[in-house]
Amino acid sequence: MARSDKVQIENPDWCKKCGICVSVCPTDALKLGDKGIEIYNLDSCISCEQCSLICPDFVLKVVVNYD
Amino acid sequence: MDIYKYLRKEKLPHIWCPGCGHGTILNSFVRAFDKSGLNQDKTVVISGIGCSGRATGYLNFDSLHTTHGRAIAFATGVKMANPELNVIVMTGDGDGAAIGGNHLIHAARRNIDLTVILFNNQIYGMTGGQFSPMTPEGANATTAPYGNIDRNFDLCQLTKAAGATFTARGATFNPRQLTNIIKKALLHKGFSFVESFTQCPVRYGKLNQTADPVDMLKLQKQKTADIKKWLQFSDEEKEIIYPLGVLNEEINPENEYTFRYQKIIEKTLEKGVL
Ligand SMILES: Cc1ncc(C[n+]2csc(CCOP(=O)(O)OP(=O)(O)O)c2C)c(N)n1
Repeated sequence: MARSDKVQIENPDWCKKCGICVSVCPTDALKLGDKGIEIYNLDSCISCEQCSLICPDFVLKVVVNYD
Repeated sequence: MDIYKYLRKEKLPHIWCPGCGHGTILNSFVRAFDKSGLNQDKTVVISGIGCSGRATGYLNFDSLHTTHGRAIAFATGVKMANPELNVIVMTGDGDGAAIGGNHLIHAARRNIDLTVILFNNQIYGMTGGQFSPMTPEGANATTAPYGNIDRNFDLCQLTKAAGATFTARGATFNPRQLTNIIKKALLHKGFSFVESFTQCPVRYGKLNQTADPVDMLKLQKQKTADIKKWLQFSDEEKEIIYPLGVLNEEINPENEYTFRYQKIIEKTLEKGVL
């Protein structure tokens, strides 16, 4: 079982659509949708945590994933 | 790491504007606190008035939301009453450097064991965008429609000169470094001062043609450099670029104010004065 940590949208209702997470993601894993942040490509997430560390609204979390 | 145990989840989402960097500082703070290993139940967070002052309302700690500019005065009282507590102040550039500037320098002079985190968005955000002592020369504010002519403080140099034994500067474009700095500040015995640049797209940005938070973060990055790199710069470059990182640290716990005060208590007890 390979372990790969991935970004998760923990608190979607708190997103204010500022777009900062999208701008810091090095692999285009996220995109802004109409209602807020969405996962665009989970496979590309390298769990660098840039998005969850900078998110001003505590929306994103990087969680342990087993696949 | 479970950062949510440090937050009052029922109070979120917070009132800060979309793209406001204050939430990033809060995010770095809770991570730094977790890494510091300090006891949440032995910690008090104290703020004054302003957007930055709202920070304590979102933190799951004992907290005080005090009057404008006076957070450090309240914090001094808390620390003197119970030196066992970790006392943290969250303040703004208006709250901490304008109306509360005197409390800042005198707490630094005493070297009392507080950690002060100053949210520097270079403007009075909450009241609509008046200039603060940290608004850059030439920048616009509602009270400086033709550009601000005042010079700024260098708050890290100011607090260091006043007696702070730990001074550091971070910025919201680099939350990893900010977290690291805050952790060190929390663990330092003595007055620790952390200035963090934070973007205010709605008040500062709109008045200064940078209303996009992502652009503001890029500007932050351009105007700052890590202290190691900064030290190699020419004098001209040093004038316009701010160093980031721990700028000064002096380790001498016996020089801390409540430690010295305890010595006085012991002396008076010995002499039978009390
Ligand atoms: C004694 C007093 N004077 C003035 C005010 C009005 N006031 C409220 S917040 C604020 C400025 C806050 O600016 P800053 O500390 O930079 O925080 P920000 O809102 O930018 O985070 C002022 C002047 C007040 N509440 N109390």
